Amino acid sequence: MTEKKKINLNRVPIPKQKPLIRRGNFNEVALGYAEEQAIEEANRCIQCKKAGCKEGCPVNVDIPEFIKAIGEGDMPEAVRILKSKNSLAGICGRVCPQEIQCEMTCNLAKKGAPIAIGRLERYVADWERAHPLVSENQKGNCISKDKKVAVVGSGPGGLTCAADLAKLGYQVTILEALHVAGGVLMYGIPEFRLPKDIVQGEIDYVKSLGVEIKLDHVIGKIATVDEILEDGYNAVFLAPGAGAPMFLNIPGENLSNIYSANEFLTRTNLMKAYLFPEYDTPIKVGRKVAVFGGGNVAMDSSRCALRLGAEEVYIIYRRSRVEMPARREESENAEEEGIIFQLLTNPKRFIGDEQGRVKAVECYEMELGEPDESGRRRPIPKPGTEFIIEIDTAIVALGTRPNPIIPSTTKGLELTRWGTIKTDEATGRTSKEKVWCGGDMATGAATVISAMGAGKRAAADIDAYLQGKS
Amino acid sequence: MYRIVAQENLVPNIYILKIEAPEVVRKVQPGQFAIVRIDERGERIPLTIADWDREEGIVTIIFLEVGATTHKLAQLKAGDSVVNFVGPLGLPAEIEKFGRVVCAGGCYGIGAILPEIRALKEKGNEVISIIEARHKSILYWQDRLGQFSDQVIATTGDGSSGYKGLAPDQLKEMLEGGKKIDRVFAHGCTFMMMLCSEVTKPFGVKTMVSLNPIMVDGTGMCGCCRVSVGGKTKLACVDGPEFDGHEVDWDLLVNRQRAYLDEEQESSRLSEERT
Repeated sequence: MTEKKKINLNRVPIPKQKPLIRRGNFNEVALGYAEEQAIEEANRCIQCKKAGCKEGCPVNVDIPEFIKAIGEGDMPEAVRILKSKNSLAGICGRVCPQEIQCEMTCNLAKKGAPIAIGRLERYVADWERAHPLVSENQKGNCISKDKKVAVVGSGPGGLTCAADLAKLGYQVTILEALHVAGGVLMYGIPEFRLPKDIVQGEIDYVKSLGVEIKLDHVIGKIATVDEILEDGYNAVFLAPGAGAPMFLNIPGENLSNIYSANEFLTRTNLMKAYLFPEYDTPIKVGRKVAVFGGGNVAMDSSRCALRLGAEEVYIIYRRSRVEMPARREESENAEEEGIIFQLLTNPKRFIGDEQGRVKAVECYEMELGEPDESGRRRPIPKPGTEFIIEIDTAIVALGTRPNPIIPSTTKGLELTRWGTIKTDEATGRTSKEKVWCGGDMATGAATVISAMGAGKRAAADIDAYLQGKS
Repeated sequence: MYRIVAQENLVPNIYILKIEAPEVVRKVQPGQFAIVRIDERGERIPLTIADWDREEGIVTIIFLEVGATTHKLAQLKAGDSVVNFVGPLGLPAEIEKFGRVVCAGGCYGIGAILPEIRALKEKGNEVISIIEARHKSILYWQDRLGQFSDQVIATTGDGSSGYKGLAPDQLKEMLEGGKKIDRVFAHGCTFMMMLCSEVTKPFGVKTMVSLNPIMVDGTGMCGCCRVSVGGKTKLACVDGPEFDGHEVDWDLLVNRQRAYLDEEQESSRLSEERT
């Protein structure tokens, strides 16, 4: 008779760099599990027959299976199971909002102690980096198909789609606009949340599957989507991502030293402006920085500003903490590092000095009313509550809207009323034949894992289409 | 890597580089630019495309040596390479049969405006080109522009070229003299383009300028190059770089171009110490 597994609600905590130390460096904040910790946490899993965790995963990782392998100390098997579904496990383990995905649907979540699936995924991915498996020949399983697919964008959506298609035997070329692959994984998410050598490792893995990556290719400029198809590609997956920055549209927003989060993070993470003048791109971070927004990008921007030498960093957000879309882990990390949360506050205008540089922001207080279309309580201005915050740098992290370059240069591509590309959610198909789309360009600004899920679904549908099955 | 096939120092501080970029040259149109990065630590900078050869797969960029990066760029010779060359970026210039057009170029703008002059002539316009400089020794490409112009006026601040004054002065003279001009194109430093626009405004002659704010990605995702045109914020890299000069908030542009003066001076100083 098998013993019913005893439920252990003691989640193994993950070691982190101490706040006062980590706010002065760009090293990773969360340090990984040691092997004993991983095995201990893995053995808390009760291997449910009806695994809630799997349902919560946008890329359908075989969660209980890879966790079982960890629990048995069989790391190569854990790697094999994990990577069969997720090509970018080292990234997901770090940046996925597991707390609203697999860890929320984990059957132990009701008891307040869901398995730390994200940390275990990270453990397996990091283990593999440290022990590269010799017979890593996943591509070899498939007969080479004599068809080629172009993927626009080398961010999480593009890399995932490309990897899956390459494993199915297709010839894949990724066309990337920037001079480095990785998209938001490289330029957006800071080093202390997602080390760039990890991202590079994942990119190298995708290339090892035979995927070609062409940099400096801005599709819609160097070639249109139609020209790519005319060039002989049998299908195109559009995952150009982030788009154009949204601004507050308040007076003074074009004063100097007011950045969009995209620009701030690109200068910092991609162009390594924190190493100026060793690296040629500069960045200006003054003593008092205000970051506008409440999402992960706002957290990332504020924590970068701190590390770049700001004395006071404010997050200015119009709703309350409860409504903030940022991962709780990241907003807690930000708070621990000393970032000041100025909530229920909205900016009215920026004030500049004689040289046209921002020197203050006038704000007013907000209160919460009834829920709006997003389901969150609507912020309502409180008249007569204006006050001034002195700042010398501002970062606007409100999100992005779709970049017009591809829509304006591609015939027959239907758009939604928000300017994103109209896409079938299940398959990634657009209104244009042989063209699929996924990630931020289809959904508006969302997560890395959501783009990856879209990449996987599109790869499966492209395969079905090219094999004449649909 | 993108190979440099030729380099030319046209006049003091103004250079052209001919770069092998067959994919870029396929689509390039007048008014577009490229983003160049010299090496792995380099910054991304926008430079106007002054010419191209579609058969040979060559793109010619023109630049003014003004800081650390352009100083490095000016040292490159045939056979050297740059690590990144992105293009063609920006929207092409609006080229139609307007009638009589005046194309004014100053500084690197003399070369930068060549593609537009050529295209305007091909469209059947009467083209009057004005090139300006402080002294005749720093004028260049007069004959080249002349090939595609019905008239070239080479005007200098000191009068050494025969005409005295700068491009805005020549424009003013033409307009005050009753000359009918259907459209003006101005390329050059911010000040020159602004003055040309100011001169034509009372006469209601549409004046297209090519704005030159600081850029990082050049593809519309960072917002660094934002300018104010007609009271609305636009991105020079995806909505421009060509805009209606009468609608541009010039003060704002100048302000934003000065955002990194301290860092530019530091870089230049270090660059001089190295050479």
